[in-house]
Amino acid sequence: MDGRSGGRAGAALSTDRRAVREAARRRRAQRGAAISALSTVVVLGALAALILTSKGWPTVRETFFSWTAFKDSFPDVLDGFWLDIKIFVVVEIAVLVVGLVVAVARSTRSPALFPVRMLGATYTDIFRGIPTILCVYLIGFGVPALELSGVPTDPVVLGGIALTLSYSAYVAEVYRSGIDSIHAGQRSAALALGLTPAQSTRFVVLPQAVRRVVPPLLNDFIALQKDVALVSILGPLEAFRVAQIEASSTFNYTPLVAAACLYLLVTVPMARIVDRMQARTQLRRGGVAPV
Amino acid sequence: MSSAPVLELQGVTKAYGDTPVLRGIDLAVEEHTAVALIGASGSGKSTLLRCVDLLEEIDDGDVLLDGEVVTDPSVDPVPVRRRLGLVFQSFNLFPHLSVLDNVVLGPARAQGMARAEAVSRARELLERFGLGGRASDYPDRLSGGQQQRVAIVRALATRPRALLLDEITSALDPELVGEVLALVRELKEEGMTMLIATHEMGFARDVADEVCFLHEGRIHERGEPARVLSAPSQPETQRFLRRLLEAGRV
Repeated sequence: MDGRSGGRAGAALSTDRRAVREAARRRRAQRGAAISALSTVVVLGALAALILTSKGWPTVRETFFSWTAFKDSFPDVLDGFWLDIKIFVVVEIAVLVVGLVVAVARSTRSPALFPVRMLGATYTDIFRGIPTILCVYLIGFGVPALELSGVPTDPVVLGGIALTLSYSAYVAEVYRSGIDSIHAGQRSAALALGLTPAQSTRFVVLPQAVRRVVPPLLNDFIALQKDVALVSILGPLEAFRVAQIEASSTFNYTPLVAAACLYLLVTVPMARIVDRMQARTQLRRGGVAPV
Repeated sequence: MSSAPVLELQGVTKAYGDTPVLRGIDLAVEEHTAVALIGASGSGKSTLLRCVDLLEEIDDGDVLLDGEVVTDPSVDPVPVRRRLGLVFQSFNLFPHLSVLDNVVLGPARAQGMARAEAVSRARELLERFGLGGRASDYPDRLSGGQQQRVAIVRALATRPRALLLDEITSALDPELVGEVLALVRELKEEGMTMLIATHEMGFARDVADEVCFLHEGRIHERGEPARVLSAPSQPETQRFLRRLLEAGRV
């Protein structure tokens, strides 16, 4: 963009004006960079000073940021974290499927499917309304208490089911907002080609709706990655639980910090992916062709 | 299929709530002919086409396709729609599908044609209408005129008995109208049966065998395009055409 100066067959005057403007623009950019650097140093410096000079800092450093405690606990916490990853991957896939089924059920119009719509609405109302931690408790301890044969009693499975039920309710609503956002003309065009209403949904409405809701879906998955820790209340040795046990046996909280680092390791990249996708959607909405 | 018109409307009536939109429309489109519907926005042209394609349910009267009633509540609308092609003012191409897949979807999914055959026929049609080079592009890469031509090809791919065109140039920039109208003229020469809602009077005069002037849900005047458009007998038609003339649209 900068290489175009002097390219036009304008008068000398316009070239002068261009030079003046470019110089002003450069000055503005330099000043902006200087100010943001300075304010960063000041704010971070003040924060660091506040923490490092506080009375309790030496104790906090010892109990939360002890390198030896970190080294000793990290392998066990990491082991536990693999369980988090496994639960997370399985639940995520289940949520994608269950959420879509519920959303499609709620979007049907046929009178014969009224009970399906009603069930879908009741389900989302209930599971979005209960705190996830309560849902894990109720299913994790309630279902085994029924003593039904053939029903899973493994706390990992029950915790996974509870998370799936809770998150599918949110995800169903995300899908549904996507379905509702597809212009009615798309459905008309599909029907006009002779597609059945079900085919119109399957081949025209859903593919567009799903594409549109990928960023908000990923946002829900970031939340899910963290909430996997809730399964720990049922007993499985996942990262948070392992860290808790280590912390209470050594009176040092560093293992919890280690667990937090592991969660960040998966959620931060996910957050960056969401940002990138949202920026891309923005570009597309603005009419600029995506590359 | 001998003497019956391809499309026939008998006293078609439609209201949205308390607002009547169509108040008893009688109309026939004979095979290989084109009927143009003209009239102000809101006169019911689009609703009429949507009713014929069974995208809207009518309140009274009947629509007949090749002599058979298709608006009976017992008739499944899906196979009827497969026999008609509808092109929309706003194109309504499927943005997530390539141009080729837009054209293939109808034959492959609605008509159960083998995909390979549907693809080769779609390529042939696109080629014929000068769109062969855009087959693998997505609709948002095309100009409005190209998009609307793809939409027409998409409708043609299902080999419709009749084509319903709903103000297909109204959303186009003026310089892109010509290429779309040229395509429709070509179809007319090939004998396609068409029911055309349009604001382009010059086009109606060229292509249509009959022009119907729609006003407040009724056909106020109909006849030869040259006669209706240059010497209208009804005061409503005269007023409508005068307004178009003043706006520089004729």
